[in-house]
Amino acid sequence: MSGFKKDGLSVFCFVLLLLAVPFFLTNVYYINTLTLSAIHAIIAVGLNLLMGYAGQVSLGHAAFYGIAAYTSAILTTTYGLPIPLGMVIGILLSGFIAYIIGIPTLKLKGHYLAMATLGFGVIVYIFFNETIELTGGPSGFRGVPRLALFGFTFESDLSYYYLTSLTLAFIIVLSLNLINSRIGRALKAIHTSETAAQVFGIPIAKYKLFVFVISALYAGLAGVLYVHNLSFVAPSSFGFNFSVELVTMVVLGGMARIWGSVIGAFFLTILPEFLRFFENIEIMLYGAILIVFIIFMPEGIAGSIVKIFAAWRARKSDV
Amino acid sequence: MELASYFQLLLSGITVGSIYGLTALGFTIIFNTTGIINFAQGEFVMLGGMLAVFALKGFKLGVLPSIFISVVVTTIIGAAIERITIRPVRGGAVLNLIIATIGVSIFIRGVIMFVFGKDTYGFPQFTGDIPLTFWGVAIMPQSLWVIAVTVLLLLWLFFFFKKTIFGKAMLACSHDRKASYLVGISVNKMVLASFAISALVGAIGGAILTPITLTSYDVGIMLGLKGFSACIIGGLGNPFGAAFGGIILGILESFGAGLISSAYKDAFAFFILLVLLFFRPTGLLGLSKIERV
Repeated sequence: MSGFKKDGLSVFCFVLLLLAVPFFLTNVYYINTLTLSAIHAIIAVGLNLLMGYAGQVSLGHAAFYGIAAYTSAILTTTYGLPIPLGMVIGILLSGFIAYIIGIPTLKLKGHYLAMATLGFGVIVYIFFNETIELTGGPSGFRGVPRLALFGFTFESDLSYYYLTSLTLAFIIVLSLNLINSRIGRALKAIHTSETAAQVFGIPIAKYKLFVFVISALYAGLAGVLYVHNLSFVAPSSFGFNFSVELVTMVVLGGMARIWGSVIGAFFLTILPEFLRFFENIEIMLYGAILIVFIIFMPEGIAGSIVKIFAAWRARKSDV
Repeated sequence: MELASYFQLLLSGITVGSIYGLTALGFTIIFNTTGIINFAQGEFVMLGGMLAVFALKGFKLGVLPSIFISVVVTTIIGAAIERITIRPVRGGAVLNLIIATIGVSIFIRGVIMFVFGKDTYGFPQFTGDIPLTFWGVAIMPQSLWVIAVTVLLLLWLFFFFKKTIFGKAMLACSHDRKASYLVGISVNKMVLASFAISALVGAIGGAILTPITLTSYDVGIMLGLKGFSACIIGGLGNPFGAAFGGIILGILESFGAGLISSAYKDAFAFFILLVLLFFRPTGLLGLSKIERV
């Protein structure tokens, strides 16, 4: 089976699974948790493109998520812009800011992007807290209108769940196609050997910048989906801890594995619902996951599943 | 504004800048021996302060013994981090090394938060808290302590790297790891030492700064970020540049907070970082070599 068909089949199965879940899980609370998981998965998939394929890490993705969320919230609520317009502006602003940060940092060899995004995330967090007249400050921004597209308002939680699930599926298809394209192959070449890639005439800095901006756009998309669902935003959702949580989702699921990030995002979003004391051990747990997975399982959950599956297949064909 | 107020700002800038300089020096020592940017550097500074507070309050030790214990424990933690988490992934992809140090950094932060909570802690000034006044400029005795200890530490490091065989071996590693290995230098030992010394320098910085700025489990992020910015100002990899960059950053920040806005005090470091990376990635002194792609 060709890679393309295989991808198509897995996405199809995934969509069927997501659409079928509400028939078994009728509790609205669980549905909302799944909606949030899908939103997180959108960011994680984008971050994985950056980490797994461009070999760079961002420690400020929560900021891109937050910028789009706040922009759309403020434009539609304070200034009364139509929701789709506010969303588009929010997403584009996240991408544009990523472009500005990416130009100086990705031209340099090494991990300047990690430190620059770490700083950027901290600054944006301060900004959300301090500009009280604009953002409402630490107590948050209320009364954001619920999403309405083409005359249809996504009033019920179930309809919003379907919307985010399908958006996630679309993002997965887009990302899988990106990886299998000319760009994806160039990125893989960069990842294997920057020098060799450069010799082949691949503009390394340009491709890294491209992926970084794409990942910020994904985070922005997640941000606007988040804000028009909850109708409320507060700075605490976009702090450094959330940026780290996103990196943890990618590492846990497996770098350079799109499905891994989906698994990682759903796992880390649903987990707190089962652990009562999660808030106290949250940071410690993320740290431990990062260390243990990088040392012992750098391929993550998805990579291990693939390995086990391959070993099982090899044994079967031996028999 | 009076002239005395400017001096006041300058002095507090130099005081805090000293600690940024020490943090930057910690980054430089590890970067030079291993090529790794250690994202847990700020955590060493946090540990230096928090463990000293813990020794003072928990075990009712004196000021000096508390600091001594916190510095020793942090140094051991630094060495342990290298042994447990860095050595297994060394030589792997740079990304994995970065993620390992990020993992360590937030793990430490998480443990400290779990044990000590989210409260902010103080530590008594070493020699009382009555300010000395010179020509209308009030100087906290602790500021003098910070500056004096920083200068002593710099002198010691200078002596260590220039005059001792161990220090010279570490410098050799920073120039060429393979060649050092060939002449019989144990690279593993040097990398371990670089983490221990970085932790030591960071912990001392944290312990002497805490009486002025207070401490809590999450001060490491900001200190790490500012230490790194100081490295970029001075040129990454250059120890004197790191100390110089720290002082410059401290002064800029102090004047920025005093004359423009204190709410965005922490934003200055980041803007300086980004502007320098944009226009002058080799640092203000222009001494470091930066590879562009």
